[in-house]
Amino acid sequence: MGQVNLDQADPHFARELAREPGGEKIALCFTCRTCTASCPISRVNEKFNPLRIIRMALYGLRDEVLKSDFIWLCSNCYACQERCPQGVSVAEFMNLLRNLAVREGQAPSGIRAQMELIKGQGRIYPLDDFDNKKRAKLDLPSLPTSCRVVKVLFAEEGESQMSPGVE
Amino acid sequence: MAIELEDVEDFICCGFPMKPTDRRSFNLMAAYNLALAEEKNLNICTLCSSCTSALTEAAHLISRDADLKKQLNEQLSKVGLCYEGGVRVRHFARLLYEEIAPDDVKTLIRRDLGELRIGVHYGCHYLKPSEIYDDFDDVENPRSIDFLVALTGARVIDYPGKKRCCGGPVLPVDEKVAMSVAKEKLDELLQAGADALCVVCPFCSVMYDGNQRSIESEWGTVYNLPVLYLPQILGLAMGLDENELGLKMNVVKTRDLLSRLGITPK
Repeated sequence: MGQVNLDQADPHFARELAREPGGEKIALCFTCRTCTASCPISRVNEKFNPLRIIRMALYGLRDEVLKSDFIWLCSNCYACQERCPQGVSVAEFMNLLRNLAVREGQAPSGIRAQMELIKGQGRIYPLDDFDNKKRAKLDLPSLPTSCRVVKVLFAEEGESQMSPGVE
Repeated sequence: MAIELEDVEDFICCGFPMKPTDRRSFNLMAAYNLALAEEKNLNICTLCSSCTSALTEAAHLISRDADLKKQLNEQLSKVGLCYEGGVRVRHFARLLYEEIAPDDVKTLIRRDLGELRIGVHYGCHYLKPSEIYDDFDDVENPRSIDFLVALTGARVIDYPGKKRCCGGPVLPVDEKVAMSVAKEKLDELLQAGADALCVVCPFCSVMYDGNQRSIESEWGTVYNLPVLYLPQILGLAMGLDENELGLKMNVVKTRDLLSRLGITPK
């Protein structure tokens, strides 16, 4: 990773994280590396390293973490969290970092597309008449091909979703 | 069998994919589905491991956080719903394991699957995060699905990555990474001499079944490993026919597997 410039570090980042769901016990990490050793993604790609990400966050490297591509490689499998000897919710911590990244307008295009599908259609694989024809052939009842409910549930948030700092 | 399943047409995405991006939306979508079930006085049987974790976790959180519950119900009131709490969510495999007596299953077996060596893929969200699942199975040494598969007479094999993630959630972010994760497991299954992989989650099926050919061409490996859902395995043992089992929809062809069981595919 090379040298890290802590002059740019945000001294409040760790505390900001500790206040949110998923960040509660983050300061208890004692770098045992059990999380990384258990991680299925780390095994195939060293860009993703839960321990390193936790350290970076605790050092206050806010931008380096939130603007990174690597936080998006987490598969949310919970292996790290199950095994952390300190009870750190490592998986939820990864989710917290990504939630913050999205609030600041950072998300890979594939993830953004997924979000739009879910908020617009209520599913990531929207169904159409072709699917219902296939279902009918198998004597399965047809399913709705559109979803009104999500439009109502997510109505207010539509515009402000990607704006930083807006709750 | 004593369990009746009822379709709820209005169910939408459980919200699982929203968790990394927007926790509040995740909670809201899960709560919506829970409220729908509650309105009909039903518990939920999930057909997907990720859905299981999303809905179980949301129910778990809501029962412990009065503020969250209030916030969510304010949102749900916009669509005329309210969630009080008390909907129980269970994965279909867990339901079978906990509710159906093994002897009752055995009376339905028409065909012994002893010819087959089957590897079970537990994946992630069927068992984790463990604190929401009432310890129904052991996270580090799971056996519930092995048990159910073994009722058919099939030989359940062990292999190193049995508990490992399929890589599914990473697919929209980095396809190569996701496929590498799935590939590792296919390699292990090949080495362990598996005739089929048993899955209990459609996401996992996308990775191992849907993407098997892509993994083969990307890395120049050959698996030809049929990926069957647990109900397909149980159904084969119960003598249900190909169409009822939807075997034509499995991406990796099951023809050879069926021949080995003495079934001539139509």
